[in-house]
Amino acid sequence: MKAHGSAHKYGDNVDTDVIIPARYLNTSDEKELASHCMCDIDEDFTKKVKQGDIMVAEQNFGCGSSREHAPIAIKASGIDCVIAKSFARIFYRNAINIGLAILECEEAAERIDNQDEIEIDFDQGIITNHTKNESYQAQPFPDFIKKIIAQGGLLKSIAKGDQ
Amino acid sequence: MGMTMTQKILAAHAGLSEVKAGQLIDAKLDLVLGNDITSPVAIKEFDKHGFQGVFDEHKIAMVMDHFAPNKDIKAAQQCKTCRSFARRFTIEHYYDVGEMGIEHALLPEKGLVAAGECIIGADSHTCTYGALGAFSTGVGSSDMAAGMASGSCWFKVPSAIRFELHNQLSTGVSGKDVILHIIGKIGVDGALYQSMEFGGEGLASLSMDDRLTIANMAIEAGAKNGIFEVDDITIAYMKDRVNRPYQIYTPDMDAYDTIIDIDLSAIRPTVAFPHLPENTKTIDEINEQITIDQVVIGSCTNGRISDMQIAADILKGKKVAKDVRVIIIPATQSIYKECIKRGYIDTFIDAGCIVSTPTCGPCLGGYMGILAENERCVATTNRNFVGRMGHTTSEIYLTSPAVAAYSALAGYIDGPKGEM
Repeated sequence: MKAHGSAHKYGDNVDTDVIIPARYLNTSDEKELASHCMCDIDEDFTKKVKQGDIMVAEQNFGCGSSREHAPIAIKASGIDCVIAKSFARIFYRNAINIGLAILECEEAAERIDNQDEIEIDFDQGIITNHTKNESYQAQPFPDFIKKIIAQGGLLKSIAKGDQ
Repeated sequence: MGMTMTQKILAAHAGLSEVKAGQLIDAKLDLVLGNDITSPVAIKEFDKHGFQGVFDEHKIAMVMDHFAPNKDIKAAQQCKTCRSFARRFTIEHYYDVGEMGIEHALLPEKGLVAAGECIIGADSHTCTYGALGAFSTGVGSSDMAAGMASGSCWFKVPSAIRFELHNQLSTGVSGKDVILHIIGKIGVDGALYQSMEFGGEGLASLSMDDRLTIANMAIEAGAKNGIFEVDDITIAYMKDRVNRPYQIYTPDMDAYDTIIDIDLSAIRPTVAFPHLPENTKTIDEINEQITIDQVVIGSCTNGRISDMQIAADILKGKKVAKDVRVIIIPATQSIYKECIKRGYIDTFIDAGCIVSTPTCGPCLGGYMGILAENERCVATTNRNFVGRMGHTTSEIYLTSPAVAAYSALAGYIDGPKGEM
C-alpha cells in the first residue's frame, strides 16, 4: 500500500473541534462532513485538498472529543494519511478502526513543509519527501493493528469472528 | 513489578492474572455507552456489517443529551435513529427527553457504573466514571458498534501517573480547580496514552462530585482514563445506587512510572485561558479586568448538585451584571428537581439567570448559548478550543462554579480571592 500527494501542514494540538466543528455533527454523511473539514483553522482546506494528499501535524493530533466524524471527515476529504509527532489516543483508535492511515514520525513532522510532495510506503514505513529529497522512517504498526487494517477495519474483523 | 488499579481491572476483564504496560489485550465490557451524536454513526456501522443482535441489552446505555431536546431537524433524525435501534434490540438503558440527563452525570446517579467495572463510551468524557474506581474510557463509534456486538474491546494496557493527594482544599476551591491546576502543570498531552490514578490521604476531603469533576477532565491531559482509589465515600455513594456486586482494586505502589504530589491546601481558584485547558492562571495572577458576555454553569464536568449549590450560595439575593447572559444547566432531572426543592431555581431566576433543561447544548457549541464574534464566556465546561462554543474569534475561560458565579455578578472574571 502506498500514498502520494501534497502535504497540508498544521501545528500542535489540532483538536477534533477544529477538524469538524460540533455544529456540523447533526449528520453522519461522509461527504457533508468532509465539506466542513478543518474550516475553523484553515478556511481554504476543502478547496486546496486533492485526493491522495497527506496531512502533517506536530504533537497530540486529534485531541478532544471522541467524534469518529473527525477521521471520517479527513478521509472523505481525500486525505490518504496523517503524519504527526503524536496522536491523541481516541483519534488514533478511530483512525485505525475506520481505515485512515496514520503514522507517528517526529522527523517527518519536523521537516515536511506545507505543499511538499510526499510519498509513503506503508509496508516499509518509509516517508519520502520529493520536494526536499529526503526520507524518514516511521514507526510501523504492531501486528495486532496491522491485522485489523488488513481485514478492512475493526467491524469487518469482528464480523468475521477473528477478534 | 506490581500493577496499577487500571491494569488490575483490565487483567481481570481479559481473563489474565497479569498484564504489563504496552500489552495488547481483549477485555470483556460491563457497559457500552453512546449518545445522540456518536450512536447514529455506530448504528450505521452495526447495520452495515450485518450484526443481528447485541451482546447484552442490559449492558448498553444510550443517552440523548448532546443536541436534545432536538435542536433542529437533522438532530431530530439522529435521535430517531437511536430510538428505533433501542426499541429494536430492547435496550434497557435508553434515556430520551423526560428521563435523560447529561450522560456522565446520569449514569453514576442511576447506579449503572461501579467500582472495578470495565466501561467504554463513545464520548471522550466517559473517563468520568473512574471517580467510582472503574476503568472507563472514551472510544469512537466503531468501537461502540463492535462493543455492542461482541461485548469486548481491544486495549493497549497503559502505564500510569500516580497523583498523591495531601491535605485538604481551602474554602472556595473545588475539584475543578484541582484538575485545572494539574492540567496546567502537566499539559494537554501530559498523560498521553497513560492512566491518571488518584489516591493518598487527601482523598478523604474530596466529595464524590469533586472526584467526578476531576476524573471527567483526565482526557484533557490526554489520559486514557482517570481513576480514584475506592474509600468509604465511594462505598457510601454506591450503597443506594448500585445493586450488584462490585470489586475494589488497590494499586501496587511500585507499578507507577511517575508519582506527583499534590498539596490540595495550596491550590487556588484556577482559570484556563483560551484556547487550551493547559493555559491556566490562578485567580490571584489575573491582574487585568477581563470583561465577559456570557456565563455557562453546567455540563458533565460541573452540572451536579454541589455545583448548583455553590452557584446559588454566591448568587442568592444578588443580580448578575447587566450585560452578561447567565445560563445554568442542572445536569439531570433529579438534580433539576433538587434545585427546585432547595429554592435554587428561584435564586437563579431572581438573580437574572436562565435555567435550562438538562443538555450538553452550549458546551460543544450545539445550541442554547452560542457565542458571536469576539464574545467572551466563562464556562464550567471542559474545553476552550477555538470555536468550541461558537464563532472562531469567541473565547472560553474554563473555571469552577464559584469563579463562574462571582464573574456573573462582576461582569468580568472574578473569584473568591480573599478566601483561604
